[in-house]
Amino acid sequence: MGSFVPHTDAEIAEMLSNLGLQEIDDLYDHLPDGARFNGELSIPVGVSEADVLDFMDSLARKNRPTGRELICFAGGGAYDHDASAAAMAMASQSAFVTSYTPYQPEVAQGVLQALFEYQSLISRLSGLEVTNASLYDGGTALVEAANLACAHTGRSRVLISRGIHPNYRQMIKTYARGSGHEVVEVALSGCSTDLSSVSLNGAAALCIGYPNYLGEIEDLQEAKRLCEVSGALLVVVYDPVSVASLKSPGELGADVAVAEGQSLGVPLSFGGPYLGLFSAKSGLVRSVPGRLVGETVDMEGRTSYVTTLRTREQDIRREKASSNVCTNQTLIAIQAAIYLSWLGRSGYAELSRRCFSATRYLADGVSLIPGVKVLNRNFFREFAVELPIDAVLTVEQMADRGFLAGVAIKEGYEESPLEGALLITATEKRTRIEIDNYLQALREVVAK
Amino acid sequence: MTEHFDLPGGGVASSSPLVGSGTEPTIFEFSVPGRKSSSFRNSGVDILDPASVLDSNFLRSTEVELPEVSERDLVGHFTRLASRQYSVDLGAYPLGSCTMKYNPKFADNVAGMPGLSAVHPASPTGLIQGWLELLVMAEEYLCEITGMKAATFQPAAGAAGELTGLLLIRAFLEHTGSKANKIIIPDSSHGTNPASVTLGGFEVLTVPSDEDGLVDIEALAKILDDGVAGMMMTNPNTLGLFEVKITEIARMVHEVGGLMYYDGANLNAILGISRPGDMGFDVVHSNLHKTFATPHGGGGPGSGPVAVSSALADFLPGPKACRLNDGEGKFGWEVPPLSIGRVHSHFGNALVVARALAYMIFNGSDGLKMASDLAVLNANWLKASIDDYYEIPFNGVCMHEFVASARQIKKDTGIRGLDIAKSLFERGFHSPTVYFPLIVEEALMIEPTETESPQTVRALADALIDIAKLARDPESKGALHDAPTTTPVRRLDEARAARNPKLVF
Repeated sequence: MGSFVPHTDAEIAEMLSNLGLQEIDDLYDHLPDGARFNGELSIPVGVSEADVLDFMDSLARKNRPTGRELICFAGGGAYDHDASAAAMAMASQSAFVTSYTPYQPEVAQGVLQALFEYQSLISRLSGLEVTNASLYDGGTALVEAANLACAHTGRSRVLISRGIHPNYRQMIKTYARGSGHEVVEVALSGCSTDLSSVSLNGAAALCIGYPNYLGEIEDLQEAKRLCEVSGALLVVVYDPVSVASLKSPGELGADVAVAEGQSLGVPLSFGGPYLGLFSAKSGLVRSVPGRLVGETVDMEGRTSYVTTLRTREQDIRREKASSNVCTNQTLIAIQAAIYLSWLGRSGYAELSRRCFSATRYLADGVSLIPGVKVLNRNFFREFAVELPIDAVLTVEQMADRGFLAGVAIKEGYEESPLEGALLITATEKRTRIEIDNYLQALREVVAK
Repeated sequence: MTEHFDLPGGGVASSSPLVGSGTEPTIFEFSVPGRKSSSFRNSGVDILDPASVLDSNFLRSTEVELPEVSERDLVGHFTRLASRQYSVDLGAYPLGSCTMKYNPKFADNVAGMPGLSAVHPASPTGLIQGWLELLVMAEEYLCEITGMKAATFQPAAGAAGELTGLLLIRAFLEHTGSKANKIIIPDSSHGTNPASVTLGGFEVLTVPSDEDGLVDIEALAKILDDGVAGMMMTNPNTLGLFEVKITEIARMVHEVGGLMYYDGANLNAILGISRPGDMGFDVVHSNLHKTFATPHGGGGPGSGPVAVSSALADFLPGPKACRLNDGEGKFGWEVPPLSIGRVHSHFGNALVVARALAYMIFNGSDGLKMASDLAVLNANWLKASIDDYYEIPFNGVCMHEFVASARQIKKDTGIRGLDIAKSLFERGFHSPTVYFPLIVEEALMIEPTETESPQTVRALADALIDIAKLARDPESKGALHDAPTTTPVRRLDEARAARNPKLVF
């Protein structure tokens, strides 16, 4: 078997002897009978590195990953983009990978400065002044935004558009079991939030997608107007690729902007690790959850970085803290920062235009298939279609033809025609030939 | 005392100070208009101007001001940043309760397997049989190790696991008609515990430690009533001491209808030695990034799965991977009947779980116990090495870590725990956790982990002893106030950072 314990038997014997002990188990003599586990764990004994890699590979081979054999047109918050080799290599440096939370700044300037740059980059995307050092994922970022809004306004009712990812809506309800917040869903009209039906009186926040889960670009200006009248905060869940072309949430009046950051150079990874982007107006800085990195100087006057405004955090405020976040997704945030820097100003805009163009080309083709109807009005990089056959079945049959056809909307929508619709996207990675082949396959599948 | 502890095979310490000094400009300062790194495939799709399709009202008028740098400059910048960062790969990292053990490289290969990393989370179950099997297997391993019945891998970190566990306790109690609303935590607990209790909608009740550093049973008895929903503990506790009355504590809490929550921060002490389930715990979170050696990534991603006893299994978050009873050995998703709902956008930090499972399989039952054995031996050996020079407030046999105190050194010399921590940086080590737990003055919480060789542990002891001696030497103690001097930057003006926060470039 393999082991990462370096001690030789002779060394162990010597160390035990130094302590006046005979054998290792003497260290546990003080454990009471009821608490001591005397058997052997019912799992196999250890194996070699080669054996464990073979085994994990055998599991991996039971999946069908995206790639040439399964061309990905699925999104729903997780997108198949091209990676940057430089970003992957830089984020894989062991100094970033194997370090701890940067509580000791003298020996953590690498992580701290990278996070400072990450915060700066994401603030430019979101158009809001303050960005934290990441949260777990898009859904958690939304939950934290709702908590912030309730704490800030002293209200406990949160309105959330049904255009937001159904998983995020479920999360906000799960966490409301503890916070006691009242979560009210706002109905859709078509694919966009029916803002005419909204009553924000006494609400802490209106949470709305931009573009939303269904790909629709919502009317944030109207949402902002409603929030201003009622004193609710506008919480925007945005797509970080679309806002390279669309006006930023901050420009449109968002108080808090959150996002799933996976599309910023992070592999699909079966849903994680991803990262939650969280930005807020500067006036909310002392209510922002998670870690913040600030610039300062050291005793010799050199520019340096440190976690700051720490009195917000759980280890100091304990039961009075408004968030319990400690470990976040730092490495993924660093990876996203490097990827964004690699894209650069023009590359980021081009990425967005390419996703837009491929998605539009796909949508034009899809709408020519008999029985298939595009449900959106204004969409950017993703859209929903109504199919003449079951969406789940469609995805399965398209997989047989080598395509991950999209996300079949199963949960979270009871309203027709969204229930049973298919959510489709094409990123910059999709070629015209792949899209044409997809359209041909979809035409065959829905015709049967 | 380490000169008396001779090692039979020779060898030297493996840990070195950080290199890299001066300052590094931000990525924005390298920017030159018109420069770029990125390139895009020739997709054959005609590029549209969004303004040709969408209302210009939707569109931004100027491009986002991202830096414009060459790939060579980008790589240079982030390579230099990495050289300004301490890490486990560089040397020992004895942060108490953080379990900064070596992170095996084979796990990087696992996380990089396209069959795992290129899988979309919305794939139908027919395409993800390997992932579902992996999650089921990881659940079985984790339940065996902790003595629990079922587990969820959705929580992305320990704190997320805590809140999930508390919401499970809430749901279970509500289901039984209980209105209990108080959670007891020891005064030595980690700050996430009380914060999670509040977010779970409970009130915090603190129980003090007794003179042995353990939960004060008499004080506990006084605050137990039917309003108590549960008690959160680590075992060993944050002093590194095994709570020897744990089964009695569990019985007392259960008697008033409360549930026992195990914070797995210190699970690395007890693999194959003691199981939370056998101690009487009902809910257990584990930190895969501690105990199961997945890299901490400078502060994440972690993974904080929650395992529960059979009584709570029906409340776990869904969806949850399961074996299907289809006679074909297939796997699928299930939502437990009384599920509290999702706590993650997808299925948790799945690739972190894959790394942890690989670590568990590699070590096996024998290797996991050996890991804990040597973690405990290293800690006790280090403690014995330095206890002539440092106060050890609770100096019994410890588990995987112990807490020393610089209280007396500070009183006699003015040198604080913080100075000791900073002085270690120039002697080739990261510092211990300082000023925690809160119940020990000038606390130095030290966890060497099992992957540091006795040579390295001895060198750490020598460094600590050297510092303690210098502190008592009026001629030389100034150097400790000034430390560190060899790091990329020296002590920071943290007050300035907080007074005038500059959070973006």
